[in-house]
Amino acid sequence: MRKILFIVEKEFKQIFRNVVLLRMMMIAPVMQLVLLSLAANFEVKNLKIAVVDQDHSTFSRRLVSKFQYIDNFKLTGFTPSYKLAEEQLLLDKVDIVLAIPAHFERDLYRDNRSGVQLMVNAIDGSKAGIASGYAATIIQDFNGDIRIENVPMRKGEVQQVDIVNQYWYNPRLEYRTFMVPGILFELLLLVGGLIAALNIVREKEMGTMEQLNVTPIQKHEFILGKLIPFVVIGLVQFTLGLIVAKFIFRVPMEGSLLLLYVFALLFLILCVGLGLLISTISDTMQQAMFVAFFMLVLFILLSGLFSPTENMPQWAQWLDTINPLKYIIEVARNTMLKGSTFADVRSHFFALLAIALAINGLAIWRYRKTV
Amino acid sequence: MKAVITNKLTKKFGDFIATNAITFEVEEGEIFGFLGANGAGKTTAMRMLCGLLTPSSGEAQVAGFDVYTQTEKIKQNIGYMSQKFSLYEDLTIRENIKFYGGIYGLRLADINDKTAGILEKLQLQNVADALTASLPLGWKQKLAFSVAMLHQPKVVFLDEPTGGVDPITRRQFWEMIYEAASRGTTIFVTTHYMDEAEYCNRVSIMVDGKIQALDTPKGLKETYRVDSMDGVFQILARGTSTK
Repeated sequence: MRKILFIVEKEFKQIFRNVVLLRMMMIAPVMQLVLLSLAANFEVKNLKIAVVDQDHSTFSRRLVSKFQYIDNFKLTGFTPSYKLAEEQLLLDKVDIVLAIPAHFERDLYRDNRSGVQLMVNAIDGSKAGIASGYAATIIQDFNGDIRIENVPMRKGEVQQVDIVNQYWYNPRLEYRTFMVPGILFELLLLVGGLIAALNIVREKEMGTMEQLNVTPIQKHEFILGKLIPFVVIGLVQFTLGLIVAKFIFRVPMEGSLLLLYVFALLFLILCVGLGLLISTISDTMQQAMFVAFFMLVLFILLSGLFSPTENMPQWAQWLDTINPLKYIIEVARNTMLKGSTFADVRSHFFALLAIALAINGLAIWRYRKTV
Repeated sequence: MKAVITNKLTKKFGDFIATNAITFEVEEGEIFGFLGANGAGKTTAMRMLCGLLTPSSGEAQVAGFDVYTQTEKIKQNIGYMSQKFSLYEDLTIRENIKFYGGIYGLRLADINDKTAGILEKLQLQNVADALTASLPLGWKQKLAFSVAMLHQPKVVFLDEPTGGVDPITRRQFWEMIYEAASRGTTIFVTTHYMDEAEYCNRVSIMVDGKIQALDTPKGLKETYRVDSMDGVFQILARGTSTK
């Protein structure tokens, strides 16, 4: 046990002496948190819309004007024909084409029904989905307006049902509120995992590892001695990140701060353990970097940070049961935004605990004092 | 009890036999020179004895402990100094001594005593709190040797400890080796300097993974009828190159 303290002391001395690295470890995550959170925004704005109006009626003009009043759309102009509209779509000049057929108004009066066509550039599928969603809402709204005005309610006719949305836990649908908790932990994984991996591989490259390996130091003493300093530094980083989340992004903190710290501690033990595990299978810093990046990118893409895990294919979801980032991001969002208690995220706790124990166990097992 | 005993100790890397069934014994308190050309298998043999490499076959005991099953006991009883300087360059001299003292389980009071002793002996008091990186190579090697001796090991393994060091510092280094040996520590040393071979009690010469000769420097010179260890080495090394 005493030997662990000597290693911890030595690591802290080395870390504090490496001013560049220390600065990187403290400032880089905060900067990334700020930049990523501001940039990673799924709100779709400035959708360029072209209109093919072949009806030229009061109704068609009203429908078009509805689009003009919505911030998300920018009317680029009227196009006389479908063909020209298609061309503009092809040239990327517009994102969406609203085509109003001839006799739109007449049909509405006569048959009480009519149709319009939306052509959406769907190269970016999610953007297209959101754009057509917005457009559908506007058209529905228009539908409601003219119904009330022009179709006197007949006896026995069922009044249309209005849907009023209320967004819970993130009432203003702020993307930052949603993204910041996730990005916070993504950065812990990145920094904790990578720095720890590079640290031991550096000892291998310097030859100090061999010198340690001829001492009677035990495997768990070595791993714990390396683990503790990086977990402590990770907690400092986490605190800085929380301050940024609170005071720059105004992310709410509905749940217990203590609970969040317990999870952060557990997650850091896991991340640093992962870094140590990577270092035991790498001989050079390049190898360690490559392995670490490969794993981190996989974890991040499958984590649900950018796209919901529920939409992923079954095999990906199955893979996700061992993705620590997925669990911690759910915990972070639920604790910070919804005020979840330990009982709500207990299963996440045990999943993370199991992964942390497995990874650190593997790291101790894989660490060889002989070649 | 012998300090080191090996019996047909062998290490293979795939088809390559780095160390081929070497058998020898080292007496306690002896300065044992382990000579051979580059790639002769010296470092491999030494790493097996230190518990850094698991042998492919054969037997060996170091300080009375088995190299297969008691490597941790061996490690508590040996010191090791590799070819490459391997103290922490970004720690001060004092911090390096403290760290290794702690790793070997010395008490803090002992560590402080030892630190004062080493600093005085090496006359490093003025630079005790300077980073190790700032020391000249010769001083680094003397410090590394002192750190390897910190826990009073029974056997100390030195892998080319004086490579690249000036003659005066080499001389001082060998004085330190003699002093350690006179206190009963067994010294197991590899070197490429034939004048250093003359300082050893006994010398073995490895060629292509095998021990070709093992005797006192005087005995070797008589056997091969030459007047220096350099001559002995030339005959043995050339003998294989013309085969």
